[in-house]
Amino acid sequence: MRRIDAIRAVVEELNGELVVCNIGFPSRELYSVKDRDANFYMLGSMGLASSIGLGLALSTERQVVVFDGDGSLLMNLGSLVTIANQAPRNLTIIALDNGSYASTGGQPSYTAGKTNLAEIARSAGFENVFEAETVDELREAFRKAKGELSFILAKVERGNADVPVIPLSPYKIKRRFMEFIRGERC
Amino acid sequence: MLATTILSALLKAKVDFAVSVPASLFAEVLEKIGEYGIKHVTVTREEEGVGVAAGAYLGGKRPVILMQNSGLGNCLNALLSLNKTFGIPLLMLVAQRGWRKEKIVAQIPMGEATIPILKAACIPFYVPGSLQELTLQIVEAAELAWVKELPVAVIVRGGLKSEEDRRY
Repeated sequence: MRRIDAIRAVVEELNGELVVCNIGFPSRELYSVKDRDANFYMLGSMGLASSIGLGLALSTERQVVVFDGDGSLLMNLGSLVTIANQAPRNLTIIALDNGSYASTGGQPSYTAGKTNLAEIARSAGFENVFEAETVDELREAFRKAKGELSFILAKVERGNADVPVIPLSPYKIKRRFMEFIRGERC
Repeated sequence: MLATTILSALLKAKVDFAVSVPASLFAEVLEKIGEYGIKHVTVTREEEGVGVAAGAYLGGKRPVILMQNSGLGNCLNALLSLNKTFGIPLLMLVAQRGWRKEKIVAQIPMGEATIPILKAACIPFYVPGSLQELTLQIVEAAELAWVKELPVAVIVRGGLKSEEDRRY
């Protein structure tokens, strides 16, 4: 499956969940699939999507969904350890794994080699780990994941969709996201 | 005294969420922080903590990060490309190693570089010289962080005394 199709499959299932999206093309693809006030598009700080998701999940009652990437998770593997031990039930982490650093030119990542992120999540302490290679498998995993801390490894093809840069200022992304959480937007 | 001073100041500053990487100067703070009703998350690395704190802020909390100054180097990019980029406030309590009477030689270079790094990154900072100043400056730093939507640091040095004790 293409990454943008994986993102679309999850977005079609959303109903008020907060979404934190990884830096680079994943955020651009999410924006082009469906922009929502409840989407937090990362613009820098590679590796911190799941950590931001943890902070959110521990401070709100809302369901939180994170689109992370293989390269980004490899940059902050410790975050999986913290998340598994804190274990908020309202957090779903989706690792969109294309085995490469697609936003910077497609250099291979180690998940294209010997490393399996689902196994890492399990040994970090995640009890609900799903693996999806098709859009249908991903949709099913996402439905099962709700209500318990979960990690979904979604294997996606290399490459990026031809989508434009997000035309929102960082401040606007933050402001409307926080207003949505406070119930000032719907 | 240092621990109760810090914890009381955090309450005064309306801090309700803490992330930390262990620091010996903050050992007692980290042990007791839960008793003060502050949600506390230990993280594996300071940069991760900046992310968790940012998420907590987005979710409506007032977070603090507690760490050693060595951790400042581990989280600098996040402080700039996350907090400064989006306008996400963060109160940072930074235990200063590599200061007077430092016994571990590896702490000295980062100790010397801490304030120049904060200056270069345009991160406002306070260096309290007594326990009274520590209280006031933690509260002020938190207010500055929230009003200006920035990370703001308070450098905490070992051996801080109260104003009365300093006179003798």
